[in-house]
Amino acid sequence: MTAVPGRTGGGPAVLALLRAREVGLLVLIALVVLITTVKNSHFVEANSVQQMLSGAALFALLGVGETLVIITRNVDLSVGSVLGLAAYVVGYLFKYHHIPVWSGFLIGTLIGAAAGLVNGLIVTVLRVPSLVVTLGMLYVIRGIDGVIVNGDQIDPASIPNSFTAVGYRTFLGVPWLAIIVAVVVAGAGYAMRSFRSSRELYAIGSNPDAAALAGIPIGRRVFSAFLISGTLAGLAGSLFLALHTQINNNGGIGYELIVVTAVVVGGVAIFGGSGSVVGAALGALLLNVINQALVAARISAFWNQAIAGALLLTAIAFDRWLSLRVTRSLQSAEGAHHEL
Amino acid sequence: MSSDVATRAAAPAESTGGTSGAPSWWRGALRWEVGLVVVLAAVLLFGSIKSPHFTEASTLFYLGINTGYVAIMALPVTFVIMTGEIDLSVASMLGLSASTVGYLWHHGWNVWAAFAVALLVGAVGGALNGVLVAHFGLPSIAVTIGTLTLFRGLAEVLLGSLTIPTIGDRQFPSGLTDIGANSLPGSQLSWSMLIFLVLAVVFGIVLHFTALGRSMVAIGLQPEAAQFAGIRVRRIKLGLFVLSGVLSAFAGILDMLQQASVTYDIGTGLELNVVAIVLFGGVSIFGGRGTIVGVVLSVAIVGSLQMALTQINVSADKQNIVTGVLLLISVIVPNGGEALRRVRDRLRRRPLPRAG
Repeated sequence: MTAVPGRTGGGPAVLALLRAREVGLLVLIALVVLITTVKNSHFVEANSVQQMLSGAALFALLGVGETLVIITRNVDLSVGSVLGLAAYVVGYLFKYHHIPVWSGFLIGTLIGAAAGLVNGLIVTVLRVPSLVVTLGMLYVIRGIDGVIVNGDQIDPASIPNSFTAVGYRTFLGVPWLAIIVAVVVAGAGYAMRSFRSSRELYAIGSNPDAAALAGIPIGRRVFSAFLISGTLAGLAGSLFLALHTQINNNGGIGYELIVVTAVVVGGVAIFGGSGSVVGAALGALLLNVINQALVAARISAFWNQAIAGALLLTAIAFDRWLSLRVTRSLQSAEGAHHEL
Repeated sequence: MSSDVATRAAAPAESTGGTSGAPSWWRGALRWEVGLVVVLAAVLLFGSIKSPHFTEASTLFYLGINTGYVAIMALPVTFVIMTGEIDLSVASMLGLSASTVGYLWHHGWNVWAAFAVALLVGAVGGALNGVLVAHFGLPSIAVTIGTLTLFRGLAEVLLGSLTIPTIGDRQFPSGLTDIGANSLPGSQLSWSMLIFLVLAVVFGIVLHFTALGRSMVAIGLQPEAAQFAGIRVRRIKLGLFVLSGVLSAFAGILDMLQQASVTYDIGTGLELNVVAIVLFGGVSIFGGRGTIVGVVLSVAIVGSLQMALTQINVSADKQNIVTGVLLLISVIVPNGGEALRRVRDRLRRRPLPRAG
């Protein structure tokens, strides 16, 4: 844990503060689990923990791509639609064309990559705001999905067992789904700290003009971020189908806002330049744990959304407070330096 | 990169040479509105050729019913986007307001008192957005995604799985729910459309002919310069978010009355339609650019296209594609020319190193 996203030249105290986000989230998750367990001892049973991990896994996977995009000061609102389209097309191919299981994952991923390609090209070649482009794509892809689905519904019976196994089988008690996503998160987390090209994403988000002057190929990097986000959304579509074992035209509706919420709760600054994929994944996990905790604590599930919203507001207010404090402490440190 | 800067710098000089004094953004916006008029004409032509019912008077009434309350939210959102912020919580506020009325009605309140409370809820919710954005300096996109979830969540807490009026409840006063069934006497205008048109005139005057409107443009173009010029940036932004909350709450009451019933998920997802209408109307997502005329034209285009497509049995899915493509066009067309120039420049420059 050497590099701190997007910030260089801060003192060790600053590093510790910023890095504390992942720790803070873990503590929060542990607290929620602890409190809920006291109220309802069934909460930590293997079954319920597995549900929590599987549920969070899809959002964590989407969160990885979204993090890369948001770090470059962009946003991808099309992920929910891409997930829905990929999930249905894969289900359709299983039902009517009996494709092999492995290709189910490949095709979903490729559909996502194609969507990411279009997003990335429009944003970087035409230089138009990604918020608008991906909002348009949200509609277009959802519409295409609806036209293809045309009232159809893919049932569990049409999907091969070895495909849905990813959704329900476990290894050492951990769902395969969670393992796959954990591997992606770990890989992306490593890459984001160590690779030059990934560090350049932070530079672009921190200060686009300075990044351009430093010779960073902004267009190519931003394009890659969208391509990866689309690709992971496509893969998430395949995994969605494996987990839920049925799909019609409304898979993943509204996911884009949940993903952005998870990512921002996970400490990724909405205006780019800082944050980590591990934080984003933990943000997704926290939202899901709270979700399940409400059920276990027999609090009405109707509170779910209200709590998620309040959590997001708290997270950004906290980040703001933190950054003000950091700035102030840096300024006073500088002042002390001058006095010497 | 350098040629890019050069063309940008050269462009205003060329354009101001032609028409003395007229700011180039105004002419740019004007061109966009002309384009919208052409698109509107094309949509109306398309509708009247394809659908035998399109030219019937009732089309206007149903257009108003379907679009009026959404269009009402588009007006304050236009103002908010003009100042460089965004409000994604409008549809959830619509839901919270309608659910508040439903909840109070269920508990025996007078309908007008319930309306007043709902509007108050709108003001408080808008103020929450405004304080977080204007006074704490938080990014409005994140804040309003948060309140989008929060407001909808509170609506869910209020109503749960109930549909109001539920068994044992009084029906809403028929004099009020009639706005969903009857048009204004002597015309085919729906009440919600009339209210939108009146508000649009007021919003247009404020934006284009008052100091407040000029201040909003200034804030959108150069927030810091606006601050130094003595514009009360925070107060204006706070006010706009409150306005947005109140009008969204009002739209919620209208929508509820038109349907004569309410569930907590009323209007879910409409925020994206609202933003699509505003941006297609030529309002820049970066703030400072846009006109109310453009937004009104955009409402007319989106509304009549939806009517025409529905009448000729085009599925909601295909209509989604149309909405998305319109939105993409609205950003690609104005930027397309510049992008082409960039590509051409790059192609032209490429042979040089080989030659040298």
